[in-house]
Formats: sequence, structure tokens, C-alpha cells
Amino acid sequence: MSTALERGVETLKGQIDGRVMSYFSSCVSCGICAEACLFYTETGDPRYTPIYKTEPLRKVWRQNYTFWGKLTRSLGLSKPMTEADLADWEVLVYDGCTMCGRCTMVCPVGIDIAYLIRKVKEGMAAAGFVPDDLLKAGERALEFGSPMGLTAKSLRSAVTAQEKEIGMTIPVDVEGAEYLCMLSANEVVAFSEYIGSLAKIFAAAGISWTLSSEYFEATNTGIQIGDSGIAAELIGRAVAVAEKLKVKTLISPECGHAYTTIRWDAPNILGRPLPFKVMQIMEVLDQLRAEGKLKTTGSFNERLTYHDPCNISRRGGVLKQPRDLLNLVAPNFVEMRDHGSMNWCCGGGGGVSSNERADPLRLKVFDVKKRQLDELDVTTMVTACSNCRNMLDDGLEANDMDIEVIGITELVASHLAER
Amino acid sequence: MLKELIDGIFWDIALIVFLAGIVWNLLAVFTRGIKKDLAVPRGSGLVGAVMTNVRRFYPHHEIAPRIRFQVVSGYLFHVGLLVLLFFARPHVEFVKDISGVGWTPVPDWIFNLAYEIAFAGLLLLLLYRLLSPVTRLISRTDSYVGSILVLLVMFSGCLAMLESFEGLRLFHRFMVELLMIYFPFSSLMHAFLFIPSRGYSGAMFGRRGVDI
Repeated sequence: MSTALERGVETLKGQIDGRVMSYFSSCVSCGICAEACLFYTETGDPRYTPIYKTEPLRKVWRQNYTFWGKLTRSLGLSKPMTEADLADWEVLVYDGCTMCGRCTMVCPVGIDIAYLIRKVKEGMAAAGFVPDDLLKAGERALEFGSPMGLTAKSLRSAVTAQEKEIGMTIPVDVEGAEYLCMLSANEVVAFSEYIGSLAKIFAAAGISWTLSSEYFEATNTGIQIGDSGIAAELIGRAVAVAEKLKVKTLISPECGHAYTTIRWDAPNILGRPLPFKVMQIMEVLDQLRAEGKLKTTGSFNERLTYHDPCNISRRGGVLKQPRDLLNLVAPNFVEMRDHGSMNWCCGGGGGVSSNERADPLRLKVFDVKKRQLDELDVTTMVTACSNCRNMLDDGLEANDMDIEVIGITELVASHLAER
Repeated sequence: MLKELIDGIFWDIALIVFLAGIVWNLLAVFTRGIKKDLAVPRGSGLVGAVMTNVRRFYPHHEIAPRIRFQVVSGYLFHVGLLVLLFFARPHVEFVKDISGVGWTPVPDWIFNLAYEIAFAGLLLLLLYRLLSPVTRLISRTDSYVGSILVLLVMFSGCLAMLESFEGLRLFHRFMVELLMIYFPFSSLMHAFLFIPSRGYSGAMFGRRGVDI
């Protein structure tokens, strides 16, 4: 066994906790998880069955923690893990899984398969089986603080442009502000109107907030790669900046995995509770709405629907807030048939859209979203994740569908009442 | 001689292995444990754990049409098996003999009905496992061995009940003993471990405020 492979196997062993043991012991190979996974339903390829994607971890569990596994291993009858195995599973795990967790919702014995995939990725990363594009994104994140290589200069450019656009000053590096807004790289380069929208909303609500030029990136390539070391380093930088600026609340932006990382994973990765509150931007906006600080006027009358970003809704718990916000400004808001915690993934999350090798596959699995939209006959789709937004734009373009995709913060901001 | 072995030492070994194996499995899961979740919860993990255990007995309506065959067959088998296991007259008498505790068994016609639906359910599930590309890929030797053992236990039990002669009763008991020895080392342990499995996931999502 090569050193790298050995490292991968040892890392997988270290991932096995009580949850993993209960999951693998309960699995009866019913295959129901496949019926919830867009990578299976849209390709018909049984290799994309979610529980099948966890096979490297299951193999290590079986050979080290079960009676038959230990017996067959001691008698030399079991097949050890090989590099070829991990190479095969690299495609399944990184190209064919967004860790959306829809499979988790349907497993009769309650297996959280997305949790297992996260652990499989730790072993894959330790053994060196990660798509090159993701590795490079990780390197850029560590060097520049952003997977796209953006720097403080990039942020300042976007901020300056938005200040001119909206005619307001956008606070950066303000110590003692109540809220620190993190951003995803996409919002800086492609959807910077998000920054302007925040400024307008927070000014109208009268709350203090700031961006940080020292570290602004909310996304975490370490989570996408499955490298806890990188994940911890990036989270540590975000937390350090929030502590330095002495904010009470860190706001996670329109990005799915960024939210689960900073809200739910960060304290566990760092090994300590966070000294500030973490809220997703929609939670903040809805709180302002409930407090009467978010006043809107007019409405967006086009027939529109909402795409739930999986890691904000299903795995993050922010389900009601987008609906409350949309009901403020969108009288023709209609739900997709499968929505909320049972939404269908866009197909691009968890690093899939950063992995060029996965492009044909993610565009193929967009068919499920296409069918959802064809049923509704909408002109607009609103979402709360810039990565979903990119994926949805790509899918709509590939299918010649004339539907506009907009961010929910931008939609709300465009209907703010005059102060 | 065979009768003394099957009714005697084989039963004792099977019972010890069965009970010790189940306890060992449960202890292995709970002593391995999980790390404490340091994130500030939005909801109750305990409520999530309990409610997910209840909710997973029926599928989300969004997925139900796609998995109707597996769910219906699964319930036919499990419900039928539960009736046979706990309410078949010979089983009730057996438990009363060894423990003094008894209850009312089902009448023979219900026994026959339970046997038929359990058998039909298990055969349908086996058929699905053999024919679906998904289950063919992910099934392991254990998936088939467990099913076949249960099938033999049910079949031999039904024959013993209908024909009611000693040889069939001994064969059935021997099949049961084999199943009891195999049980703790197989995916049949899902009968007990589905509770912590659902519970762990339910707790995590409960803390996040999501009903799963």
C-alpha cells in the first residue's frame, strides 16, 4: 500500500464515529436513496446511488469494525482498498454529489448520507484523490483568501462601483459595527449588486454593519475538498476578523455551503463555540421585517418561483424566511412542486460547479429543474445562493429557457420604501 | 439425540449469541459515541431524534410515488412477520413455557393471512433486489443470506404449524437457531440499530430546526 493510500485509509478509519457505525449497520441496501438523487434519476446510472458513493468508508468500517470483516481480513480473504478504487470513487463523490442531502430525507433507517460523503471526502483528500480544479481553488483560498484569487483590491473595486451605483458609502473595516457581512467570491465578481442591496436595506433599517477587507470570503473550499485542515484555517480567518472587528453578529451571504459551514460546522471544526451570533442574510432580513424595520413598496408582479439552496434550507433550517420575504413583494410567487426541505438540488453545489470535469454531468442533471420550471411557466426564479444562481443560469442557457434568475436580497432591496 | 441437541444446547448457544451480539453491537455504537455539537441550536435535538424515529415510518409525499413498490412490499413483510413472531400460537405457548408470561394468540385464519402477506412481501423484495440495477449493485452477500434465512424460518414454521409433527418443528427450531446466531453479525441488526440511526440524524436536524 502506498503512503498516500495508507494515509487515506487511516483517515477514513478516523472518521468512524457512533453515527457512522449505526448508519452502516442499519443499511439494508434497499436503494431508496437513489430515487431522491438527481444524479441517479437524471442519468439512470446506479453508480450514483447515494449509499454506493460512500463505499470507501463502508469498506474500511466493515474490515475494521465488523465480525465478518475482521475475520475475512485476518484470513486474507477480503480485498484491501486500492488506488484504483479511490480513483473510481473520486468521480462519483466529487462530480456526482453536491452533498445536498436529499437522500438523507428518504432513507427509511435515517442515514445521513451527505454526512457520510463529507467523511469519504476526508479520506479521498488525504490520499490525494481530489479534482485538480478544486485543489487549485483551495490553494488560491489559502494564498489569497478566496478560491477565485480575489484580494482586498478586488473587494474595494466592487465596493467603489456599488457606491457610485447607489449613491451611498459602504462601510468597510468598521470596528464595533453590529453586523459583519461576509461575501462569496461570486458576489464580488458577478453579483456585486448584492453589496449595494445590503447597503440600501441596512441604511433604511438604521442598523450598523461592515464588510471586511482583511478577510471577506464566506465559502470554504476545505469543506468542498474534504480537508478539515484547510476548512479550519479558512474558518479561523473569518472568525478572527469578526472577533477583531468586535461585531455581535456575522452574516452569512447568499451561499449555501458557506452557511452550513460557518453556522453549523465552524464551532465543531474549531473546537469552541463562536463568540458571536451567526445568521444567514435572509434570517436578518426577515427579523428586520418582523421588527417593522424593513418597509417595502410596490411589488414584483411577474410570475416567479423560489429555488431553495439545499444547504440553506434543507440542511441549514432557513425555510420560512425566504417565503415571508417573497410574500412582501411578490404577489405571484408560486412554489415548485418539490420545494422547501424536499427541493431538488441545482446540481452545482459542494464544489461540483468548480470542477470543470463535472460540467457535462451537472448540465445533464439540470433536467429535473427544467421539468420543475416547465410545470410552473414562470418568467423569474429567485434564489439565495450565488453558486445556485450561476448553475441555474448555466442550465437555463443550455436549455434555451428564457427565465431570469435574481437574488432575493436584490429583489427586496429594489422594493424598499423611501425613508 | 438430535431433538435433545436442538431443544437443548443449540438453543442455549443461539440465545446467548443472539442476546450478547445485540448488546455488543449497541454498546459498540454508543461507546464509540459522537462529538458534542458546539453550534448554538435552533431547536431540540431530543425532539428531533424522537420525531424522526416516528416520521420515517412513512415516506415524504414527494418521493412516495417513486418508491411505492419497496414501501408496500416492505410493510407487507414486516407487519406479517411481527404478527407471526409475537402472536402465532406455538410462539405464545413457547414464551409462556419458559417465562410464565402469556397472551392471546391470533386465530389460525389470521396466522395464515399473516404468513401469506409476510411471504409475499419478502419474495417481492427479493425479486426487486434481483431485478433492480440499483439494488443489484449495492446488495452484498449478507443481503441475500439474511433474506433466505428468514424465508426458511418462515416457511419451515408455517409447515410445522400446518402439519404439526415433530420433525418439522425441530427443523423450524434449528432454522431459528441459525438465524439467531447469524443475526447480530448481519444487516438484520437494522431491527435494533434503526433507532439510533434515525435518532442521530433526527437530533442533528432537530438542532437545526428542520423536520426530517
